[in-house]
Amino acid sequence: MSEAQSTLDEIIGKEYEHGFETLLEMDVIPRGLSEDVVRLISAKKNEPEWLLEWRLAAYRHWLTMTPPEWANVHYPAIDYQDMIYYAAPKSQKDGPKSLDEVDPELLKTYEKLGIPLHERAILAGVAVDAVFDSVSVATTFKDKLSEVGIVFCSFSEAVHTHPELIKQYLGSVVPVSDNFYAALNSAVFSDGSFCYIPPGVRCPMELSTYFRINAKNTGQFERTLIVADAGAYVSYLEGCTAPMRDENQLHAAVVELVAMENAQIKYSTVQNWYPGDKDGKGGIYNFVTKRGECRGDRAKISWTQVETGSAITWKYPSVVLKGNDSVGEFYSVALTNHRQQADTGTKMIHLGRNTKSTIVSKGISAGFGQQAYRGLVRVAKSAVGARNYTQCDSLLLGDKCQAHTFPYIEVKQPSATVEHEASTSRISEDQLFFCRQRGLSPEDAVSMIVNGFCKEVFKELPMEFAVEAQKLLGVSLEGSVG
Amino acid sequence: MLHIQNLTAEVDGKPILKGINLTVNAGEIHAVMGPNGSGKSTLASILAGRDGYDITGGTVEYQGQNLLDMPAEERARGGVFLAFQYPVEIPGVSNIYLLKAAVNARRRHQGLQELDAMDFLSLVKEKVRFMEMDEKMLYRAVNEGFSGGEKKRNEILQMIMLEPTLALLDETDSGLDIDALKVVSKGVNSLRSADRSMVLVTHYQRLLDYIKPDFVHVLSAGRIVKSGGPELALELERQGYAWLGAETQEGSSKGVSQ
Repeated sequence: MSEAQSTLDEIIGKEYEHGFETLLEMDVIPRGLSEDVVRLISAKKNEPEWLLEWRLAAYRHWLTMTPPEWANVHYPAIDYQDMIYYAAPKSQKDGPKSLDEVDPELLKTYEKLGIPLHERAILAGVAVDAVFDSVSVATTFKDKLSEVGIVFCSFSEAVHTHPELIKQYLGSVVPVSDNFYAALNSAVFSDGSFCYIPPGVRCPMELSTYFRINAKNTGQFERTLIVADAGAYVSYLEGCTAPMRDENQLHAAVVELVAMENAQIKYSTVQNWYPGDKDGKGGIYNFVTKRGECRGDRAKISWTQVETGSAITWKYPSVVLKGNDSVGEFYSVALTNHRQQADTGTKMIHLGRNTKSTIVSKGISAGFGQQAYRGLVRVAKSAVGARNYTQCDSLLLGDKCQAHTFPYIEVKQPSATVEHEASTSRISEDQLFFCRQRGLSPEDAVSMIVNGFCKEVFKELPMEFAVEAQKLLGVSLEGSVG
Repeated sequence: MLHIQNLTAEVDGKPILKGINLTVNAGEIHAVMGPNGSGKSTLASILAGRDGYDITGGTVEYQGQNLLDMPAEERARGGVFLAFQYPVEIPGVSNIYLLKAAVNARRRHQGLQELDAMDFLSLVKEKVRFMEMDEKMLYRAVNEGFSGGEKKRNEILQMIMLEPTLALLDETDSGLDIDALKVVSKGVNSLRSADRSMVLVTHYQRLLDYIKPDFVHVLSAGRIVKSGGPELALELERQGYAWLGAETQEGSSKGVSQ
């Protein structure tokens, strides 16, 4: 069924049950991208003139660009005129009516991951009347945050409530012209999260998109902006371990982080978008631009990511180390199974004096999985005494998968220290037999060995997330032993 | 307990075991000795269920079941334990984690409740003290950076935690200094009981000074060429294997048996 058809069905179906919502549901604009479409999106969101201009500038620039082809991933060309760039919150009318109608395989996965029953329904896209208890959770949560002056809301909301902050920081880390997908996102971004931590405030809890009332369909072009003012601290969690179904094949998000003097931002991601079936059909393309800037002295930004989903991942969470003595960290576990492809890594741009960066990347390939680590360490002439340590390990399961490493190192400052270590290994027959001889099933043995391989990264994750991530790896690797 | 009848096995078309007959009753300790490449380690590996061997004939019965039909992990849960000659390293996986997973896999199989964290911890600490090991070893990655002696102690620690019904020890004495040998033997001897059997694979009589076997068998070129009591081991120590006409098979089975 074409997307137009399904949208149509959705509209028709919706009309009968919730008549008064029909108008809203009709809020779907035609296929394709043009200046008019950008204007329309901006108008639908009641955006101020400057933001529309910003989107238009991005769109015009995007027209001059071509999709990047240097990544080690392969997929048919995307027809950008065959997509719908704005749809009102999706109706769940054509979704399953109850858990009985949901793919039993998906449910099994939820069960293995230990996801509570009421959340399984939401994740699987079952129409639920009340947004269970997350409304109350979110409200208490918001009160607590506003007490200390923290702003945490949807991006669209922030445009109206905190226009001065958005104006100041939007696009200041990832300019609209940065790359093809970032430009596209800037032109048509749907929604996302905004977070501002005032000077000296330590955010009293882990912030999570998951808690932001269900983050209902932020759409395929998500935009996130987090600003930690001088001396502030925030830990932000993105995503969840449950495999998320989504109608949109292309996801091109942009995340910008700004850390001022002595501020610290810890950004953790667990990405488990639908990877497609065993032959790779129907999976999500995850083309994301994530970048943080340590704008002040002694600022620190840490990216920790566990990437197990998506058919194709193109993602390089980076840190620009402007402030003197600022610190950038990147801890990554990426897993590709079946036909999944991932080209992921980071960029550490050292500009300030005595800036320090650490990169720990763990890639796991199974099945026909394709995996590439791509990392850039650039030390500018100004970065006296800069240091980088990179460790990049690949683990292969089976003999049909691949792992590649593409490190780029550019050093213009002679006093800099740059270290790079890389390894590629397999789970040996001896390890597997040893574990089985101690009573572990081959699946548990592989999961245990892989988790051991990823330990250095998992220990960077917030506790609960780490436990989930371990389970997730086990589930994602199922069917890879044999 | 264990009943091996006319067992033959090949690796890559090369016969390694050429008709092994061996019966081990409950409570007995058997030592299997023999020169390098005689098939000792292969025998232990096959009993534990390692892949890569073609069983071309014969039967192995363990507690009334056809052992050869069971996957390695089921044999382990059913009480078959192999102390490895070369214990493998597993980076990032702590010793205590592996031990807990192993103990609970066995307990589930026995229909027992899994041990909770507290009970497990107090049990494992007691055993660690008994094996005269540093408690810190529990939190290190499995065998990573362990000395040869530490690895072997660690194997025996796992064994006394798992309390197997049939313990196979593959050259556990190799590479041990005398102090480590004493500790390892202490661990093994602590498991001696009327309902537990052991098969010790070893080159040297030395181990048998500390762990007294009930029977000694000499394996040569894939066959048991002589069986006897503990005195046979002493005889071998004095005279070597040559007097039995024992010989190494053409081309050793080293690559596989390790």
